[in-house]
Amino acid sequence: MNEPEAKRIATLPPGTAKAAPATPAGLPAEAGAPAGTNPLARPPLPDKGPDKGPDKGPDKGLDKGPARPNPLAHLPLPFQAVDYGLKGYHVEAAVQPEQVVLAAQHLDREGFSLDTITGVDWLAEGQMEVVYDYFHPTRGLRAVVRTRIPRENPEVPSLWRVFPGANWHERETHDFFGIRFSGHPDLSPFLLPEDADYHPLRKDYAA
Amino acid sequence: MIVQETISPSSTGSAPKETFVLNLGPQHPATHGVLRVKMTMDGEYVVRAEPVCGYIHRMQEKMGENRTYAQYLPNTSRIDYLSAMTYTHAWVGVVERAARIEVPPRAEYIRVITSELNRIASHQVWWGAFLLDLGGFTPLLYAFDDREKILDLLEGITGARLTYCYYRFGGLCNDVDEAFLEGTRRFVLEMRPRLKMYRDLVTDNVILRKRLIGIGPISAELCRKYGATGPVLRGSGVAYDVRKVEPYSVYPEFDFEVPTFPEGDSMARYLVRMEEMAQSLRIIEQALDKLPGGPVMAEKVPRVLKLPAGDYCYAVEAARGRFMVRLVSDNKEIPYRVKLRTPCLSNLSLFEEASRGMLLSDALAVLGSLDLVIPDIDR
Repeated sequence: MNEPEAKRIATLPPGTAKAAPATPAGLPAEAGAPAGTNPLARPPLPDKGPDKGPDKGPDKGLDKGPARPNPLAHLPLPFQAVDYGLKGYHVEAAVQPEQVVLAAQHLDREGFSLDTITGVDWLAEGQMEVVYDYFHPTRGLRAVVRTRIPRENPEVPSLWRVFPGANWHERETHDFFGIRFSGHPDLSPFLLPEDADYHPLRKDYAA
Repeated sequence: MIVQETISPSSTGSAPKETFVLNLGPQHPATHGVLRVKMTMDGEYVVRAEPVCGYIHRMQEKMGENRTYAQYLPNTSRIDYLSAMTYTHAWVGVVERAARIEVPPRAEYIRVITSELNRIASHQVWWGAFLLDLGGFTPLLYAFDDREKILDLLEGITGARLTYCYYRFGGLCNDVDEAFLEGTRRFVLEMRPRLKMYRDLVTDNVILRKRLIGIGPISAELCRKYGATGPVLRGSGVAYDVRKVEPYSVYPEFDFEVPTFPEGDSMARYLVRMEEMAQSLRIIEQALDKLPGGPVMAEKVPRVLKLPAGDYCYAVEAARGRFMVRLVSDNKEIPYRVKLRTPCLSNLSLFEEASRGMLLSDALAVLGSLDLVIPDIDR
C-alpha cells in the first residue's frame, strides 16, 4: 500500500512551484519610482556614479570590478549587481524610506521571499539603517534593499501587507533598535520582556 | 489550563457563540522548549493561535558586538543546539568570506561530513520527539539509540556531544583520526537498514498516516510570503535547498537529491526529513571516498582578525532551513553588527495562519511537523 508514497520522491524542476510569477509584465508606475525612468530601458550598469539613495557608509568603493549582469535591472529601483563571492548576495539597492514598500511589491511580483529585516545603528552619522534581505526560492538569487532614516525619528513604512512574514521581523527590529514601522498592527515587544522600554542594539545603550 | 472565558451571546438568540483562551505552554511537552501559544478556541477548533516568543531570549546578537570574532565562535553552537555544526559553518563562512581566507579542501570535506552527521542526528531528535507528541513512545528510543552513535563519533574528534565548536576560521580545530573515519563508514552501513526499519515500523504505520496525511496543508505561496525554508518549504513542493541553490563549501562536488513532496501536509514534511537522512548518508559516503589529504587549517590566519569594512552574508542549509549570518564590520577587532537569520522564526510565523480552523490535536501535529527549536527563535 505504500508504493505510491515511495515513488513520490522526486525533485521538482525549478518553476514547478506556483510561487514564482517569473514575468514582471505590467508593473504599474507607482509613486516613489524615479520619475521619467523607463524600467525596461534601464541599462544594467554596476558602476553608475552618484546614487540617488542614501550614503552606503562603509560599503562604498568595495564593489569595483568587471561588469556583472544585473538580473533586476528592469525594475525601477536602483538595483546594482555585487560580487556574490565577496558579499554573499547578488544585487542590492539603496532606496528612500518611502520606497521600501514599493521595492517589496516589485520583489514580491518577481517571486522573491522575504528573508529577514534588521537594523544597523550608525551612531556617528546620526542615522539608522534598515536592511531588507530577500531570497528567491527557485532562482538562487539574493537581493538586499537598504534605507537610511534619521536616528532621532526612526520610522519606515511596514511591509506586512505585502509579506505577512515581515510582522515578526519588524517587531524584533522595533525591540532592538526602536525603529517604528508605520502601519504595523502590533509593535509590542516580541523577544524582550513585555514591559521593555529600552532598545539594546542601539550603540548608546548601556546595560 | 483554561485561563479565561469570554461569552458573547449571539444575535440570533440560539446557542451562544463561545470562545475561550487556551494557554499552551510555555512548559508544554509538545512545544519542545519554552514556547507559549495563546490559543483562542471554539470548542475543539482553533480560532486563532498566537505564538508568544522570547522566554529564552539571550540577546545573542548583542553578544556578537562585545567580543572578537573568535570569541563568538562558541555562541554559534548554542543558537540551534541541534545544528551546532551547520551554524558554526555559517559563522566561520562569513568571516572567511570577509577576510578572504582560503580553506584547505580536506577541511571543507570534513566540515561536510560532520555537518551531515549533525543533520541526521538533528532529524533523529525531531523524529523521536514528534512521534512522542503524537503518542508513540517507542520510536524515540530507536532514534536516540542511533543518534548516540553519531554523538560518540563527534565526541571523539571534538570532545563535545552537542555544542561542538569544531570549525575555525580557515579550517578545523584538529584533524580527524582513523577511528572517526572507520566509525563513520560503519555508521553509514548500519544506518541504512535502520532507515528501512524506521519506515516499516513507523512511516508505513496506518495510525501515523491517518494522523498526518492531509493535516495542516501549507502551500508554497504561504511559505514564500512568510519566508519559510527547509523541510517546510520542500514539503510544499519547492526544491529550495541552500546547498544546491546557493552552493557553499564543497557541496557542488557531491551527487545528492533534494527531496520534495508537493502535498504540503504534515506527512510531506515528515517524508522530506526521512528522505533527507538517506541523502545525508549518500553525501557522507561520497565525502569519505573522496576525502583528500593535506592540512586542515589555512596558513597564516591572524590570531586577531580585523575584517575590511562592509557587510557580508553567508547562508547555510541547517537541519531546519536556511540559516544566514549578516555581518557588518567597521574594521575593528569586534563586529559592528551581527544579525542571525534563523529558520525556525520564519517557519513558526506561518503557524497562526496555517492552524486557523484546525482541531487542537491536529494543530499540535502541525506544530511538531515544523520541527521547532525554541532557542533558535528566541536567540
